[in-house]
Amino acid sequence: MTAVTREGPAIRVSGIRKSYKKLPVLKGVDLEVERGSIVALLGSNGAGKTTLVKILATLLTADAGTATVDGIDVATQPARVREAISLTGQFAAVDDKLTGRENLVLVGRLRHVDDPGTVADRLLERFALTEAGGRVASTYSGGMRRRLDIAMSLIGDPKVVFLDEPTTGLDPEARLEVWRTVTQLAASGTTVLLTTQYLEEAEQLADRIAILHRGRIIVNGTLAELKALLPPVQREYVERQPSLEDVFFALTGKRDSADDTEGNPS
Amino acid sequence: MTSHAASDTAALTGRSLRHILRSPDTIITTAIMPVGLMLLFVFVFGGAIDTGSGVGAGGYIDYLLPGILLITIASGISYTAYRLFLDMQGGIVERFQSMPIARSSVLWAHVLTSLVANLVSLVLVVGVALLMGFRSGAGALAWLAVAGVLVLFILALTWIAVIPGLTAKTVDGASAFSYPLIFLPFLSSAFVPTDSMPGPVRWFAENQPVTSIVNSIRALLAQQPVGAELWIALAWCLGILVVAALAATAIYRRKVG
Repeated sequence: MTAVTREGPAIRVSGIRKSYKKLPVLKGVDLEVERGSIVALLGSNGAGKTTLVKILATLLTADAGTATVDGIDVATQPARVREAISLTGQFAAVDDKLTGRENLVLVGRLRHVDDPGTVADRLLERFALTEAGGRVASTYSGGMRRRLDIAMSLIGDPKVVFLDEPTTGLDPEARLEVWRTVTQLAASGTTVLLTTQYLEEAEQLADRIAILHRGRIIVNGTLAELKALLPPVQREYVERQPSLEDVFFALTGKRDSADDTEGNPS
Repeated sequence: MTSHAASDTAALTGRSLRHILRSPDTIITTAIMPVGLMLLFVFVFGGAIDTGSGVGAGGYIDYLLPGILLITIASGISYTAYRLFLDMQGGIVERFQSMPIARSSVLWAHVLTSLVANLVSLVLVVGVALLMGFRSGAGALAWLAVAGVLVLFILALTWIAVIPGLTAKTVDGASAFSYPLIFLPFLSSAFVPTDSMPGPVRWFAENQPVTSIVNSIRALLAQQPVGAELWIALAWCLGILVVAALAATAIYRRKVG
């Protein structure tokens, strides 16, 4: 099953809509993620990033539109999608009362890998947790918990990994640790879709950046492409390249003005 | 997928049993209140309670124990709701649900863990009762029947506990539901015969599930004929079990998809 390499993008989303009660959160989202790339889904709090990730991870069903992961439809074949993905949620979902190693072995057993013990030991080593592997996770630092969390996501070699705000609540040092981990992950061929509200994080990690604003993807491109959307570098008193932050605010409209498209040069 | 149901449930049950091994206080706290009630009723009130003739020769504790066992279970299942609530809050259920596991295994693991934890608490309470003078000449078959009724009662109450575990908004809410269940035995034949109760109370006591269950266990332990009471007890347990399990499963489906 895993030997088959499917054609097409790792993730394809078209026209996805989702409302909670009467409140529309996603209003027709379109997105494609190429295999083996890191794509950052950038947006402010409440933009619908987590909702989109949950739909792709089969935890929520969309009201309209289609989405495929690894070529498999999330609505009609959720069980097969779950074989291909793994999700690391917003809050490190590790079992505090189990040791790091036990957490990994548990996930290994649930993913039906052949030798959970060996897989666990290998991951502990890869994530520099070998020494901590025998301690219960409640004694871990924030960065260690996140590393364990991400290590748990890699068991069973998922093709697509969703990281929902992987560095929220981490101190700068732990954030760098996670960034290194994500970069290594993509180097090994895994597709990563990460959500973040930190512009710097998207700038550092992602091959492509998609900005989700008011329920729609308003722009999707490489950092260079995004920067090209703004007028050329202005030479006035200081030479200054627009940072991604400038681009973000220019595209999403002045820090929360009424119109979606305001400031979007079309 | 279904072929994994058993192994997934086993893996997840192992996980929550490990939680209990690492904080065995939950089992001890479960047993403390019933043991305290047993001490109170046997050594303080017991002398003044007339349970009538024909019930064993070992005295009041033989009369009391079945009701105490049900109270043990009623207080034990509040931890089931508590453990499930914590899992729902912590995001670990979400992680499990995004993995290729049998969907029902998360609930079943909590149910089986509840069964094991409650059985351990029951053994503790019976142990204390033996120290306090409880005796039964019941044979292996009668004990097996008692164990069977208790297992059914644990499963029935556990599935009830799953509902607040899934739906509660706070930790207190998750475990508060068990208080009425703990008090139900007081309005039954668990502590005193129902004959002495005034009309409406007596009617309630004689027609609620605890009385038939207590009477059946008491008769089995005292080597007396059980009769129709046992079938009523089994019907209550199975009925509650099925209704609560269906309701809990439906809520679970709606909650986690």
